[in-house]
Amino acid sequence: MTTQIQLSDVFSIGLHHRFQWEDAQQNYVILFPEGMVKLHGSAGEILKRIDGKVSVGEIVEDLKTTFPDAEDIESDIMGMLELALSKGWLRKV
Amino acid sequence: MTQNTNVQVNNGVSTSATQTTPLWLLAEVTYRCPLHCAFCYNPTDYDKHTQNELTTAQWIQALRDARKLGAIQLGISGGEPLLRDDIEEIVIEAHKLGYYSNLITSGVGLTEQRIQALKAGGLDHIQLSMHDVTEDINNFITNTKTFQLKQKVATMIKAHGYPMVLNVVIHRFNIDHMKQILEMAEAIGADYIELANNQYYGWSLVNRSQLMPTREQLDRAEAVTNEFRATNPNVKALYVVPDYFNDRPKKCMNGWGEVFMIVTANGDVLPCHSARSLPNMQFPNVKDADLGWSWKDSPAFNKYRGTEWMKEPCRSCEDKEKDLGGCRCQSFLLTGDAEAADPVCTKSPHRHLIDQAIEDAKNPQLQAQAILFRNDKNSRRLASGELKSLIEQFHSLP
Repeated sequence: MTTQIQLSDVFSIGLHHRFQWEDAQQNYVILFPEGMVKLHGSAGEILKRIDGKVSVGEIVEDLKTTFPDAEDIESDIMGMLELALSKGWLRKV
Repeated sequence: MTQNTNVQVNNGVSTSATQTTPLWLLAEVTYRCPLHCAFCYNPTDYDKHTQNELTTAQWIQALRDARKLGAIQLGISGGEPLLRDDIEEIVIEAHKLGYYSNLITSGVGLTEQRIQALKAGGLDHIQLSMHDVTEDINNFITNTKTFQLKQKVATMIKAHGYPMVLNVVIHRFNIDHMKQILEMAEAIGADYIELANNQYYGWSLVNRSQLMPTREQLDRAEAVTNEFRATNPNVKALYVVPDYFNDRPKKCMNGWGEVFMIVTANGDVLPCHSARSLPNMQFPNVKDADLGWSWKDSPAFNKYRGTEWMKEPCRSCEDKEKDLGGCRCQSFLLTGDAEAADPVCTKSPHRHLIDQAIEDAKNPQLQAQAILFRNDKNSRRLASGELKSLIEQFHSLP
């Protein structure tokens, strides 16, 4: 899959979708009509930074600083954002 | 669906392998309904539960208790939930508690005033049932004149910025209109359309021979849906395959006591809509049992959890974790043994019952029998045994 996401892109949570922390599950979730996606660890860390304002590049830098030991973090982030975009969990601002 | 290390999706709802959490709370707030659909999955004896509905305060308490257990998707269903005048209050509480709330409605009773109040209260989504593109079939199968109203309600839902989610139960009378139904969904601006092939429980089981399509009709409908999907990516079309025409059973409710908790109009707590049709079961009720105990510890919720209860051919089957032996209610209704393999399975010694039902549905005489519509009078007639001849081939009715 060729990446269509640019570091300058800005995303927000998809229309009719909601992102929230679930205490009972100890993870973030995305909710939509009659469905839910559970976001473990890094997926939650990426999506919680999506606010309709910061760019993908800023998120990458932020995560690199927060998790200095993580390898190949940029491609993980891009992969996650691709998936989220294709599923409609995110939309481009 | 999606499966990688970071994201788990399973039939739209995640599951935890170790300890189960009721992610879905389905609140069947009333069994009263202005429609009389021939395929309704509600219990055929629903009439006895129309006088003892939970109060608003009892619903709010149930919502709070279920949320503590982890429930996050709330379905407000029925009957027609809008026949209660406290849905707005229930929605406000659901929103405060952090539920994603789904109103599952026929559209009857959804006025401009109510939709505004529901929106302001934080309702997330409205699922509207539609029946056909023709007024005749819509009015026939629901036994009401509701075609025009549904068109208006669809427009109203869209105008209020809600995702447009249509649910169409598919049966012999509308299956050949699949192309037109999908085109209607696109014209309305639907985001999702659920093409729910009829399953045979409740009223739908009583009317099985009249409602069941042929395999050829199903194949055509599926091909039409796939063609539509390829050319209309904006409308997500979900085609639910009917289990009678499969070789292996469905993982019913995603597993008994795994993710779904149903609270009925009178407060019974169930792992599936039809569970009260099973013999020798005592289901807890929110009026006198703690919801956490009901979910985790009640004998009813533990009875068919996992695979321990199974006997052959399920016990040694390589697919037992995949389908958990199918549907307990279907097994009991058709074979008389709730622990038998779901008769849909070709490994079941009872598969001939399903094949016979498929054959019966081709029989013009059986097809032409009068449909028994879902209404209070027919519910009382079924419960009193007056219509015994219609249901004597089944071991019980939900």
